[in-house]
Amino acid sequence: MKDGTGKTRRDFLKGCAIGALAMGAGRYAFADGKVNPPPAASPRSKVVIARDPSLYANSANPDPARVEKLLDQAMQNFFQSPDPVSPWKKIVHPGEVVGLKVNTIAGHGLSTHPVLIAAICERLQQAGIKAGNIVVWDRTEDELDRAGYTLSTNSNRVRYVGTDGKQVGYDDTEFVAGGTKTRLSSLLTRTCDCMINVPILKNHEMAGVTLALKNMYGVNDNPNKFHANNCSPGVADLNLLPPIRSKFRFIVADAMTSCFAGGPMYKPQYAWKYNGLMVATDPVAIDYTASQIIEKKRTERGLNTLAQAGMPANYIAVAADAQHRLGTNNPARIDLVEV
Amino acid sequence: MTHSSRNRALLLPALSWLALAVALGIMLLLCFACQRPTASASSLFPDSAEAPGWSKAPEVRTFSADKLSDYIDGDAEKYLKAGVRSTSTADYKFRDKLQATADVYTFSSPDGAKAILESEPAMDAQTPALGDAARLFAQSLTFRKGPYLVRIVAYQDSPELAPALLKLGQAIGKKLPR
Repeated sequence: MKDGTGKTRRDFLKGCAIGALAMGAGRYAFADGKVNPPPAASPRSKVVIARDPSLYANSANPDPARVEKLLDQAMQNFFQSPDPVSPWKKIVHPGEVVGLKVNTIAGHGLSTHPVLIAAICERLQQAGIKAGNIVVWDRTEDELDRAGYTLSTNSNRVRYVGTDGKQVGYDDTEFVAGGTKTRLSSLLTRTCDCMINVPILKNHEMAGVTLALKNMYGVNDNPNKFHANNCSPGVADLNLLPPIRSKFRFIVADAMTSCFAGGPMYKPQYAWKYNGLMVATDPVAIDYTASQIIEKKRTERGLNTLAQAGMPANYIAVAADAQHRLGTNNPARIDLVEV
Repeated sequence: MTHSSRNRALLLPALSWLALAVALGIMLLLCFACQRPTASASSLFPDSAEAPGWSKAPEVRTFSADKLSDYIDGDAEKYLKAGVRSTSTADYKFRDKLQATADVYTFSSPDGAKAILESEPAMDAQTPALGDAARLFAQSLTFRKGPYLVRIVAYQDSPELAPALLKLGQAIGKKLPR
C-alpha cells in the first residue's frame, strides 16, 4: 500500500528501524542520522530561551517581525551560526518532506501561534525545502482551524492538515507503548520524512507541564489511554516508539503566551505572556526547563507547587530514567542559555 | 376438573401477567417523572435577542462523557471523576469584534459542578450574584447552577468585556433548567 508520497509500509518500517538504530539513547536526531549531541561524546544538553519583552507591543497578537527575529536569535545561538538559514540546513535536507507538529487543542487562545509557524516555514524554504514539502499538522482539522490555521492540501503550498482529514488517518500498524496498544498518525509514519516538534508551553492539570514530550499525545489515536497516574509513565512510553524517536529532529517551543494553572485548555485568568521561544534537541531537558518556568510563575502568583497541587510532572524524570533514556532532567547537565 | 375451576386456572396466570405489566408501567412512569429535566443542547445558548450585543455562531457542539477528551484533552479526567454527563459548546462574538466560547458542562449532581469550580484557583476573581456561585475575571466567567457548570472564555481583552460576559452568563443561566 502506498500513500500520497509513494511510500510503502515496508519503506516505513525500514525507516523506523534505521532511525531507531541511529538514535541510540536520548535526544532527537539530525538529518544525517547522527544523534546530536552524541550521548557518549557529549553528555550535556543545550536549551536556548530567547525572549523579547516587546513581542506583543500593545497588540493581542505577537508582532510577526519580532517573532522572526526571536526565532533567528534562538536558532543562531543554539547552532552558533552567523546567519539565520544555516541552522535549518543542519536539521533538514532538500527533498525531504518536513512535518511541523503543532499543538492546537486549546483554540487560538493557547495554541502554537500561526505567526511562528509562518516564520519557520520561511526559513525552511530558504534552506531548500519546497513549500509543498512542508506539512503543518495536528490531530484534527477542526482544532487547526480554531487555532487560526487555514487548511490546505495544495501540494504547491505549505500544507495544513489534520490526521482526521481526507486520505490521512492513523496507520494500520499497531504499536505497544508501556503495555497499551496504540496507532500513530500516518502523517508521521508515512507522509513525512522528518518532524520538527512545535509545542506550546502550558500547565497541564494532570501532567503538570506540557511541552515537547506531551505534544506526542496529538500523534496517536488514543491519548486518553495514557493519562493515568499524572500521565506517567504514559508520556515517556509513548515517546519511546520508534517512529517518534526516529523522525523528530528538533524542538521549537512557543512560549510567547503560556499558562501557569488550569491547563491545557485556555483560561485567560491563568495565562501570562512569557514572550519567549525555546529551542533544543533534548525533549527531556526542554521539558525540565519548562517545568521550572511554570513552577516559578506559580510561586510568584502564590500558588502551590505542581506536586502540592496534585499534578507532579513525574513523567519528566521517568523519560530520563534508565528504561527510557530520552534525554536528561539533570540541571547540571543542561546548558541553559537565555538570550 | 369442573368448568369454573378450569376457567379460574386459566385466568390466574393471565391476571399475574397483567399485574406485572401494570407494576412495570408504574415503575417506568415513576422513573420518568423523577428524571431531572433536560434541555436540548442548542436551547442552552441564548441568541442576540436574549443576550444583547452577543451573536451566537450557528453550530453547537456536544460531547458525551466518553468523548470529552476530544474537546478538552487531559482536563477531561477531572470532569469525569466529578460525574460529567455531557458538554455543549458554542462560539459567540460581542459586537462583532470580541470572540468568546461558552461551555455548558452537565453533571450527574450539583456536587460535580461545585467540585470543578472549587478546584480552580480563585485568584483575584469577582463573585457576582449568578447561579449558585460565580467567578468573574477580566476575560472569563465561570458559574454553577444546580448540576450545570458554565464557562465563558473570551479571546481578546476590552474594558467592556467583563460586564458583557456577565450579561451573557445571566442569559445562559436563565435557560438552564432547575
